[in-house]
Amino acid sequence: MQFNWRSWIFPCLLIIAGLFVPAVVANAYYIHVIIMGFIWAIAVYGLNIILGYTGQLSLGHAGFMGLGAYTVALMSLKLGAPFWLAMACAVLLNIVTSWLLSFIAFRTRDHYFAIFTLAIGVILHHVMEKWEKLTNGNNGLSQIPGFGGIGPISFDTAAARYYLIYAFLLLAIYVSWSLKHSLIGRTLMAIRNSEDLAKSIGIPVNRGKRLAFMISAALTGMAGGLYAGYIGFLGPSIASITVTFNLLLYLLVGGIGTVAGPLIGSFIVSVLTQFLVVLQDYQMLIFGPVLVLLTIFFPHGLAGGYYKLKHRWRTASANRKGKAEPAPGRAGGAAMAEASGVAEVSGAAEISVAAEASDAAEASGTAGAKGAVHREVR
Amino acid sequence: MNLFLQQVLNGLVLGSIYSLVALGLTLVYGTRGIPNFAHGHLYMLGAYMTLFFVGTYGLHYWPSAILAALVLALAGVVLERLVFHPVSRSSHVNVMIASVGLMLFLEALSIQLWGADYKFVMAPNPAIYRFAGLTISHQQVIVIIAAVILMIGLQLFLKKTMVGSAIEALAQNREGAMLVGINVTRLSMLTFAISAGLASAAASLIAPINLVFPAMGTMVIMKAFAIVVIGGMGSIPGAIAAAYLLALAESLGGTYLLMQYRDLIAFALLAAILAIRPTGLFSRGD
Repeated sequence: MQFNWRSWIFPCLLIIAGLFVPAVVANAYYIHVIIMGFIWAIAVYGLNIILGYTGQLSLGHAGFMGLGAYTVALMSLKLGAPFWLAMACAVLLNIVTSWLLSFIAFRTRDHYFAIFTLAIGVILHHVMEKWEKLTNGNNGLSQIPGFGGIGPISFDTAAARYYLIYAFLLLAIYVSWSLKHSLIGRTLMAIRNSEDLAKSIGIPVNRGKRLAFMISAALTGMAGGLYAGYIGFLGPSIASITVTFNLLLYLLVGGIGTVAGPLIGSFIVSVLTQFLVVLQDYQMLIFGPVLVLLTIFFPHGLAGGYYKLKHRWRTASANRKGKAEPAPGRAGGAAMAEASGVAEVSGAAEISVAAEASDAAEASGTAGAKGAVHREVR
Repeated sequence: MNLFLQQVLNGLVLGSIYSLVALGLTLVYGTRGIPNFAHGHLYMLGAYMTLFFVGTYGLHYWPSAILAALVLALAGVVLERLVFHPVSRSSHVNVMIASVGLMLFLEALSIQLWGADYKFVMAPNPAIYRFAGLTISHQQVIVIIAAVILMIGLQLFLKKTMVGSAIEALAQNREGAMLVGINVTRLSMLTFAISAGLASAAASLIAPINLVFPAMGTMVIMKAFAIVVIGGMGSIPGAIAAAYLLALAESLGGTYLLMQYRDLIAFALLAAILAIRPTGLFSRGD
């Protein structure tokens, strides 16, 4: 596997650019919007692991975010625990909860899993709303102590908070990226592409799903904890179904299953909503159809679409350089040949080849074999 | 004892509503193979349509309810063509996400058009009957009778007519139905129309009892899902049985256990059933 350093330039530039944001952006409101974008992005990275990598639609993910947020809030307020201890407990609680839930959840397939997670999300939201003795119900919790200091570093300034959340974002990105390029990541994607096929080649499907669910809950719960610490007050609406839909929207806009997707989607949509506050009332009116149109025309989102274009451009230029013309109708075969000939190391090829192959399969009308199209070409 | 019977009665009323909604849901699942997350909002729109016809055109309750059901049936067809058909070519996950997007849109739409406050529909007959120490309102009786009529009608339609048999065939095997020459496109639209119409009818029936507000569909759809899963997706008798079962559990549980957590009973039951039989109680073994 060659180390393709060229594909690293852009991400590194972005990371460095991110470090300079507090210096460059003077307006405190803009910084706030960016930080919120980061927090949502972390939550969406969590959703991406169970939905994007493993292909299981979890409709209750806001529940995990709420669980993380309330754990941090309650531990700080009622037990006086230091923030980082509360954070660790929040993540741990999410991991344990998702682990327990997975025993029931993964006895179900497809639609049942979506419904089950929907129910869990509703239950969590409901409990947070009604258990007033513990959570103060709809009045919410306020004056949650902010991020506690780590050693000599305290997080009193906006810039310091920015860097902290930025660090967590980089952590989430790192986890997503390394998961995707690891054996576990490929296992999850095999499960996504065809569960039965994966089982037939000996992949422990339930264990993979369980692991994905746990990591996913941990990340989203982490985002919840950060939310509580950053904003300082909290209501049961953090666990509501609207939040789950927002996460879904961000993920779809950005690109399901990609590493860049959650960040792009969260950023674009949450920043857009902030700046279009004028259209606050019409938000859902617009986002609903956008979500529908995305699933019909743009299921791969922005990042996915970008990778597809890049791959198409690459195959087109390779064709122009004199390789054999793919005969019409054998587009599927040509795409496969192209993919094995291209020694791409980055994740871009996987997604784009996956997209190409599935497009080709659809084009050639193999509707029945759609689920069994082997999208993993290496 | 009186309290118990009264709650049983209330449970029967609630169960009638739940079963109509769940039937619509299970029909669409049986023929399209997808859970329609926007179903609860079709229910909600039915109530608003009834309100609209009563308020704007001054129509009586019954014509309004019937007109609302027709409008919703039409809406169901439109949605089937615009949303569910194009997206059905993608993966299952995309279809579910699309219906979630639709749900968001419909809720926002009704808030835009009619405001977020609670609205009230006058019952056609506000009489209340008392017998044997139990109380039941005229509207509640109507609910039960109308629901039973609709359910019997649906069952007869499915079992005794050609179109109904075609729908059942479609539910059993879509490709097979196409092979024997069934017009799958038109039948899918019809199924959606029936599904939306049933939901609208349920909402119109319950509107004079409960209030009308944009989020009324959300809770109902979750319960409907619980019911459909418990009864088995695509199973009509299962949906009816589970609907009444759940309604009774809620009614009695809410009275004798904690009132605040009444809504959770549905989901606790759902989780429990999924844990034991992952494909529902009466499923055909999906």
